[in-house]
Amino acid sequence: MDVLVYLVPIALVLSVGGLFAFFWALGNGQYEDMKGAAERILYQDDEGSDR
Amino acid sequence: MSLAATGPLPRGADAPTPSLAGYVERDAEAGGGNRLGLLVAGAHCGGCVRKIEDALAKDETVTRARVNLSTRRLDVAWNGPATHADRIVERLAAIGFDAVPYRASTLAEGDTRALRSLIKALAVAGFGTANVMMLSWAVWAGHFDTMGEATRAFFHWLSAAIALPTIAYAGRPFFNAAWSAVSRGRANMDVPISLGVIATTVMSLVETINGGPHVYFDGALALLFVLLIGRVLDQRVRGEARSAVHRLAALTTQPVMRLAEDGTAKAVPPESIEAGETVLVAAGERVGVDGVILSGRSTVDTSLIDGESIPKEAGPGTTILAGATNLSAPLSIKTRAAGQATSLAEIVRLLEAAEAQKGRFVSLVDHAVRWYTPIVHILAAATFAGWVIAGAGWQPALVAAVCVLIVTCPCALGLAAPMTRAAAASRLLRAGVLLKSDTVLERLSRIDTVVFDKTGTLTAPQPSLTSHDGTAEDLALAASLAASSRHPLAAAIYRAAPDVVPAKGVSEASGEGLVLERPDGPVRLGSAAFVGATTTPHAVDGPEVYLSVPGRAPVRFAFSSPLRPGAKETIDRLSADFMDVRLLSGDRPQIVGAMARAVGIHTWRGRLRPQDKIAEVEKLKEKGRSVLMVGDGLNDAPALAAADASLCPGSALDISRQAADAVWQGERMADVSLILKVARRAHAILIQNIAFSMLYNAAWIPIAMAGLVTPWIAAIAMSASSILVTLNAMRVGGLGATRGKAEAA
Repeated sequence: MDVLVYLVPIALVLSVGGLFAFFWALGNGQYEDMKGAAERILYQDDEGSDR
Repeated sequence: MSLAATGPLPRGADAPTPSLAGYVERDAEAGGGNRLGLLVAGAHCGGCVRKIEDALAKDETVTRARVNLSTRRLDVAWNGPATHADRIVERLAAIGFDAVPYRASTLAEGDTRALRSLIKALAVAGFGTANVMMLSWAVWAGHFDTMGEATRAFFHWLSAAIALPTIAYAGRPFFNAAWSAVSRGRANMDVPISLGVIATTVMSLVETINGGPHVYFDGALALLFVLLIGRVLDQRVRGEARSAVHRLAALTTQPVMRLAEDGTAKAVPPESIEAGETVLVAAGERVGVDGVILSGRSTVDTSLIDGESIPKEAGPGTTILAGATNLSAPLSIKTRAAGQATSLAEIVRLLEAAEAQKGRFVSLVDHAVRWYTPIVHILAAATFAGWVIAGAGWQPALVAAVCVLIVTCPCALGLAAPMTRAAAASRLLRAGVLLKSDTVLERLSRIDTVVFDKTGTLTAPQPSLTSHDGTAEDLALAASLAASSRHPLAAAIYRAAPDVVPAKGVSEASGEGLVLERPDGPVRLGSAAFVGATTTPHAVDGPEVYLSVPGRAPVRFAFSSPLRPGAKETIDRLSADFMDVRLLSGDRPQIVGAMARAVGIHTWRGRLRPQDKIAEVEKLKEKGRSVLMVGDGLNDAPALAAADASLCPGSALDISRQAADAVWQGERMADVSLILKVARRAHAILIQNIAFSMLYNAAWIPIAMAGLVTPWIAAIAMSASSILVTLNAMRVGGLGATRGKAEAA
């Protein structure tokens, strides 16, 4: 059962990390324009692309 | 005939170019720059986004240009003077996009914030539920196997450490709403939910401290998680509908052109105009203020105000109201009131009186909660008293009482209303109908009488050519001239013959008509006076235009407002559903009668003033009818507010859109029959859901009172009913699916 002592904190730290990543994305406006993001990926940026 | 299409109205060629500088704001991000928010209604694909952003990127001063495809908003920032805004809008017009300025304050920012905080609460509840469940399963399994007491206590403490902060955070929407209800002496759904969650948490904490075998943190968190899913979905659908309504408002609320003393015109938002200022209204534009005409002579379409489909003459000294459309020549108007203060004081008074009389509608769920809450609390108290009297000691008695609170926590009941509403609202959103109020579905489900307005509601918002006494060549010639004008009547001629090649060298005489110089003399298209025609009285009078070709008698073109597409089908379907359909209009009785016969309405009345419309609606209500009012004009607004439920087209006046419960988008007539069907279905499902969740909770009460509820029973009991209620609510969405596909095709 000693394994719990470090496995449980690791699990918690990872899930708290995920939660904060989600909060950051929400605050950063990543979900503001779901339709736009889906369409934008179809167009390549001319500037700064060397391919 | 109202000319409020979505998008800017055509301007006369003589209109001074408006400046959008009044809408420009300082940009907080880039120091010293300016920014402007624009609504670009035509942007609906990734290609459009790219075209717009690329076009603006070519302008060196532009520092930021980003289109949001979901909201159709364009955010532009640039370094340079505010007047640069006009160049940006011109640039957009050059690539074929009409942009309308908006003020951030006019769009629903509050909804976005509320949704965001609900999503955050949902994320936290999800995090807490998942982690506590993970620990709980181990404990539950341990009950049947061998788990040391120390390990169990460790898991319980760990659960408490996760659950306490997450419940405190995720439960806030419920706790806040419950507190504000209780402090006003009311009870709402959030009160029993909050009590259940808090009781569960406190009892579990006490058990943890005492090293007891059962904690219920997982149940409390799962409950919050499921309820928050319902709230988020509900808030999202409502937010979408509301922001679409705001978008409509921003698109139809056009800038007003303020005339400065030095004679320059500047476009400003209507609300920034003050009484006494002079504004300029170009031909074809909608008047944005109330006032008196200072100079200019024109015909004015007042159909949105009084329902009259025939334009009136207006000249210096004539009082003009916001919502009228200036048809033929530019007018300068001395403002009496603008923005929110516009519209007849009389109408506003009627509107307020009608709204006050309607009172607060008490929804079915409110009724249910009103007697549910006290019963549950009495039962919990009785359980405690019963166990104490039976000699069980106060501690087990308290556990049993709290268990009653837990199993009766109205999880399914709390989910039933928002889930059903969200499913119905998103089904109607697909059909282009935006629901504005929370209780409208329930009110719609009782409707047995549908009252329509004529002008702008049954008829299309644009005039169309009905007849001309010339040849096909005359029509083609007229259309070739008309192609170069954006006047509504010219546009109607061009629509009647869209294949003609536009004539070159057509000039527009300010507000009078169009001239094409030909070797044999001028060809004129315009008013009777302009072409020199003698006006003769006609059977059906309406807007008219004359075409004169050198050496020939002028040819007359007559216009009328056609039925909205789908209007007849909608009324047929309503009649087939045994609805009592009526037509109430402010227009002349002979026009109203002809229209009623054409669409198959048997009961109609014409020449009604706004107070007459209210009286008609009230009379029907007194007879025990449940009335749905469908209208768009200023004269309909009080009746919209007085009816049991109301519906208006997107082209309606602002005041009517505010008074109506639901708005439909697009040229086509809304499928009122489908709206009523969805509402009735949603209401039936809501009743099923409420009955089911009450019975379900009632079934658990004896088990809880007997003290037999363990944590895993509580967790399963709570989520099972929620899932069933949710699945049942989803059935609303499938209604009329085949017809929905036909709409999309």
